[in-house]
Amino acid sequence: MTILQTRPEALRPSGGTLIEQFEYGLDAPICLTWELTYACNLACAHCLSSSGRRDPRELSTEQCKAVIDELQRMQVFYVNIGGGEPTIRPDFWELLGYAVDHQVGVKFSTNGVRITPERARWLASTDYVDVQVSLDGATAEVNDYVRGPGSYDTALRALANLQDAGFADAKISVVCTRQNIGQLDEFKAIADRYGATLRLTRLRPSGRGADVWDELHPLPEQQRELYDWLMANGESVLTGDSFFHLSAFGESLPGLNLCGAGRVVCLIDPIGDVYACPFAIHEEFLAGNVLADGGFGQVWQRSALFTELRSPQTGGACSSCAFFDSCRGGCMAAKFFTGLPLDGPDPECVQGYGEAALADDRSIPAASQDHSRRMPTRNEPVMLTLQRREDAVVAAATPPVSACAENPLAGFVAPLEGITS
Amino acid sequence: MAEILDEAWSLSPSVALRPEPFGALAYHFGNRKLTFLKRPELVTVVRLLSDHRDVRDALDAAGVPEGQYGTYAAALQALAETDMIRRRDQEAA
Repeated sequence: MTILQTRPEALRPSGGTLIEQFEYGLDAPICLTWELTYACNLACAHCLSSSGRRDPRELSTEQCKAVIDELQRMQVFYVNIGGGEPTIRPDFWELLGYAVDHQVGVKFSTNGVRITPERARWLASTDYVDVQVSLDGATAEVNDYVRGPGSYDTALRALANLQDAGFADAKISVVCTRQNIGQLDEFKAIADRYGATLRLTRLRPSGRGADVWDELHPLPEQQRELYDWLMANGESVLTGDSFFHLSAFGESLPGLNLCGAGRVVCLIDPIGDVYACPFAIHEEFLAGNVLADGGFGQVWQRSALFTELRSPQTGGACSSCAFFDSCRGGCMAAKFFTGLPLDGPDPECVQGYGEAALADDRSIPAASQDHSRRMPTRNEPVMLTLQRREDAVVAAATPPVSACAENPLAGFVAPLEGITS
Repeated sequence: MAEILDEAWSLSPSVALRPEPFGALAYHFGNRKLTFLKRPELVTVVRLLSDHRDVRDALDAAGVPEGQYGTYAAALQALAETDMIRRRDQEAA
């Protein structure tokens, strides 16, 4: 990573649309995600940051406060705090208070594990803090399949605690998958029940998500279902502008229809590394480090990577597509982690160009960091589909053979000759 | 011509303006709304509002040609809808 000596002067056109201006970058991000720790009590199958274990290099309390001071100076009015599970950092509540006292509002993402009735009451009494509880299934079966046993109950308990404490308008954050696209109305009903707002985001093949993307990402017809649902319900649902690739279906979805990576968006990871976006934790998208490179402002304004991302991009293979102006080629991270060229179609291109690209030769980049726990844990998702197998039904009809059955050949069936080879 | 031109307005006390190359970003700490002022001239006008007895006066001070007052009035009206700017109580004449 390189930090330039002087701040590059972009040849920015005057006037034009906001989107065109955003492509040239802003003086400070408008959507900054800050992951406070790689430690997590869960081990979700699709974790973007491959979290699990704390990294010994994680920023200290004082270093975190220095980052907050700088965000205040840069007028970054709010940050999205995540992890890992940020609330399991012992100084989490202290940092939350420090940020709010320094005019840096916080929205934090949690699986709910530490949202006790007491904490919920404290949160309800604090202005300028938003809570976002992750839920990836409207039923325990669908949620726990990817987030692990018990995680559905934990999330709903947290939402109930927040509601009971009078915390208004919590967010329920859902990563849309093949298994839960059919539950969108149910998610909305859960949000309504808890006085919360539903937030839907796109599954990215980042982190451990790369391992399960093939199985979890919505099928083409589900993309359409999602688009139609968003068009019908978009006003009351948040999306983090993450579905702009769906705009190629026709009418654009509300929000920014552009890739904000390094332009209006970035990520600070637990050790102070700055990446172009929360879905691109890979050395390819590493702009610098807040400790090693003179602070966050220096990295944001002078890193070679961000300068490049703010220069005009070519549409490559997508330039000739009639829908390029709507989808802008889709998500950079989704392309990168599926091994597709960055100037080509999104792997989930709704015009079908992604499927063709995926069928071509490609090599999926190796992960550049992994904080997954090395040993399986009791609440790790197993991702087994429960279904009845015909032969299992037949087997169940005969009594099981116990280990101490008299006949040593009990249960043994000789293979039929001529059938086995 | 829009009524707002003859009224006294100012930036809301809960709003911070962050300069940007194209203009400014306005953030409202109360309702957490984010708005973009896409022209530096509009930023100047918004900053001048509180020093002037009405919007017309502020536009004049910012050097906005009279032919564009309608456009600016509409932009200010939009900012008023999200409480980015707030009408001042009628001051003693």
